[in-house]
Amino acid sequence: MARKTPEINSSSMADIAFLLLIFFLVSTTMDIDTGIYKKLPPIPEEEEIDAPKVKQRNVLAILVNRNDDLLVNGEVLSISQLREKTKEFILNPLNSADLPEKKLTTIPFFGDVMVSKGLVSLQNDRGTSYEMYIKVQDELAAASRELKDEKAMQKWNKKYADLNEEQQDAVRDYVPMQISEAEPKNVGGKK
Amino acid sequence: MGKFKKGGSKELPEISTASLPDIVFMLLFFFMVSTTMREVELNVDIMVPSAKEIVKLEKKDLVSNIYVGVPMRKFAKTMGTEPQIQLNDQFSTVDDIQAFIAAEREARKEELRNKLTTSLKVDQYTKMGIIIDIKQELRKASSLKLNYSTRETAE
Repeated sequence: MARKTPEINSSSMADIAFLLLIFFLVSTTMDIDTGIYKKLPPIPEEEEIDAPKVKQRNVLAILVNRNDDLLVNGEVLSISQLREKTKEFILNPLNSADLPEKKLTTIPFFGDVMVSKGLVSLQNDRGTSYEMYIKVQDELAAASRELKDEKAMQKWNKKYADLNEEQQDAVRDYVPMQISEAEPKNVGGKK
Repeated sequence: MGKFKKGGSKELPEISTASLPDIVFMLLFFFMVSTTMREVELNVDIMVPSAKEIVKLEKKDLVSNIYVGVPMRKFAKTMGTEPQIQLNDQFSTVDDIQAFIAAEREARKEELRNKLTTSLKVDQYTKMGIIIDIKQELRKASSLKLNYSTRETAE
């Protein structure tokens, strides 16, 4: 004769599940790592390679001292002015003689255009605060993005981020933003 | 017109709680899947600076972290109050970085080794000197992908 197995009372199941739930709720960290992405230059293999000579008008020299003051091409600026200054430097809208030269380049989608030969050079003091360094990097990145967005808007009426890969490459070639960080002077070699 | 009954029993029927465990389990699974457990215990205080032009760091398993900040108060006696580097669980010096990167590479699969990104989690009041040193060491270890960890600026 088949005996009926008594049903297991499952009303405490909810309690158990709640307990686990609360544990995971408390231990969860859902922060997504965000940050500014950079690629370091490799260490030059041979000693004393002559750095390619760059004309002074093609360089935007940004110096940050230990008091977090900003000196851009010999001019003291505040951090909020840096973005406009950089954009002006790269675009050189009036073809002025102090701002970078341009080179005729053929770029897909755009055809023959004048591309700036400008180069941003960044040098920090060892006493500069990290916060300031990130601010400068952030402003430069913002300037670069705004320039790209501008070009993308003109051509496709879209933001740079919404373009496809080939279009992004073309825009990137059109408004190049080369940032070179000066080699630290007192490090390397003598250690 | 007797289609609709009027009145009926005045007592409310009890709501069945039989599906409650299911709901809770669903939540539970969501949190279990989305959870990432903290891997290292921080020995330094870090408040990363904020920035606007940030990107999300993807593929967390291909990221190795370097922490720089002022030692927490319980370590202040032994480590001082100058910013220190923390690798894995312990305080380190700049010279340990190359070994650390090598160990991190060793721990990954061979085909992924050159995709390793280093994330610098640095307190915003740190001076650049120590970071310049770290960057030099990373270049020597030819670990060139770098991410400065930042918060997003609240606008």
